[in-house]
Amino acid sequence: MRGLRVRLWQAGLLLAFLGLWEWASRTGRIDPFFFSKPSDILARVWRWFATGEVYPHLYVTSVEMLLAFFFGTFFGVLMGLWLALSPGVALVLDPYVKALNAIPRVVLAPIFTLWFGLGILSKVALGVTLVFFVAFFNTYQGVKEVSPVVLNNARLLGAKRGHLLRHIYLPAAASWIFSSLRTSIGFAVIGAVVGEYLGSAAGLGYLIAQAEGVFDTTGVFAGMVVLMVFVLVLDALVGALERRLLVWRPRAEGGEA
Amino acid sequence: MSFLAFRNLGVAFGGYVAVEGVDLSVREGEFVSLVGPTGCGKSTLLNVAAGLLSPTQGQVLLEGKPLEGLNPVAGYLFQQDAILPWKTALDNVALPLVFRGMGWREARERARVWLEKVGLGRVPRHFPHQLSGGMRKRVGLAQVLIANPRLLLMDEPFSALDVQTRQLMENELLRLWQEDRKTVLFVTHDLEEAIALADRVVVLSAGPRSRPIGEFLVPLPRPRDVAEIRLTPEFLRLHREIWDLLRGEVMRAHAGA
Repeated sequence: MRGLRVRLWQAGLLLAFLGLWEWASRTGRIDPFFFSKPSDILARVWRWFATGEVYPHLYVTSVEMLLAFFFGTFFGVLMGLWLALSPGVALVLDPYVKALNAIPRVVLAPIFTLWFGLGILSKVALGVTLVFFVAFFNTYQGVKEVSPVVLNNARLLGAKRGHLLRHIYLPAAASWIFSSLRTSIGFAVIGAVVGEYLGSAAGLGYLIAQAEGVFDTTGVFAGMVVLMVFVLVLDALVGALERRLLVWRPRAEGGEA
Repeated sequence: MSFLAFRNLGVAFGGYVAVEGVDLSVREGEFVSLVGPTGCGKSTLLNVAAGLLSPTQGQVLLEGKPLEGLNPVAGYLFQQDAILPWKTALDNVALPLVFRGMGWREARERARVWLEKVGLGRVPRHFPHQLSGGMRKRVGLAQVLIANPRLLLMDEPFSALDVQTRQLMENELLRLWQEDRKTVLFVTHDLEEAIALADRVVVLSAGPRSRPIGEFLVPLPRPRDVAEIRLTPEFLRLHREIWDLLRGEVMRAHAGA
């Protein structure tokens, strides 16, 4: 019952916001040229999907985002494991990791465009630089927080280095990695869209940039809506995967799983 | 010849000397309890015996030979839970066999037998967080025993359990120990527990610079029931005798704390 009430409130809030926007735009309280209006935006989204003109862009952005997501996560986890298990290396590399992470990634976009061209590669590279650090820091933390008692116990029971990695370090880091996947997806999308926005020939970022170029606010908002739904769907998929793979974890809300 | 021996053993953590001048021999198949006030370095001695900690002075002899690295014949039941939260009860118990190169299938079959032995035959698929504290301890016990260690190190393993569960576990431990009489070093601050379980009780002085200050043989007949044996005159006599010695140390520990 409580869940239903919350949902109703959530839906109400959205409708109230959209209603207010629509009303203000129609009655001229805000300029429709700059703010568009929800009905126009929805119609535009509908047209994009009905005519199919959005699909190629969606496809390009998805490919860029997924590649950035996988490579970023893969290398981040690998590097996180390595540094967490080799404290000496971690000590040496620490300032460099921090320095690299301190670079605002957006300024790398032009460089990547020069290096990798206007195709998807430059966008993937940008996404990877964002996703990498999220995965890296979370894996590092996850491995570092393994209880020494659990570790000693496993070693006394005869675990070799490979066993420790497979049965202890990776599962311990997994819950951190998974909670970071949600963030990573967001970053992968940012990498892809910002890259497209700054220079490309396809993708949702390109679509938005095009609309903006001709002061088509409806197009800009429509692009944002499509992006938003896209990320929400991916987030839900990761959430479902997480629930399947982390069955061993006690539910935070309390009660038996 | 003694199975395990501490020779003039000392352990210091920086400037803090936890134990010093410890001489103690344990025969094969003997059940020895170490009692002492809190902070007297009981766990330190176990960690040294397990090879998790190197002594700063003296040495540990295992069947006459100095121990180097992890103790290969030791099983360690820690005070805290040391089982893996991301593995089911059954897989946790099977793990030591997998570490030794056995396939999961066979390891699980044997683990099932051990789960039955500790009275958990009905919850093999449960994860640790779904089990009670006593059940988790049973899983831990089965996990240590399935590896068939010749030396069993136990660090206040039942201290976190309620009194009834605790007595059940103590009886369970005695029953399992009776089967093949492993050598046991059992650390506790509970004198009743120490006497009820052991062949010999060793009293440690309050830390720092803790060392054994008294040894008492426990000539109580086996098999024992820990709840009943506490009421026998022989037990009470022993308890009084040891407590006379221990009380002074407990007072000193309190004064220091």
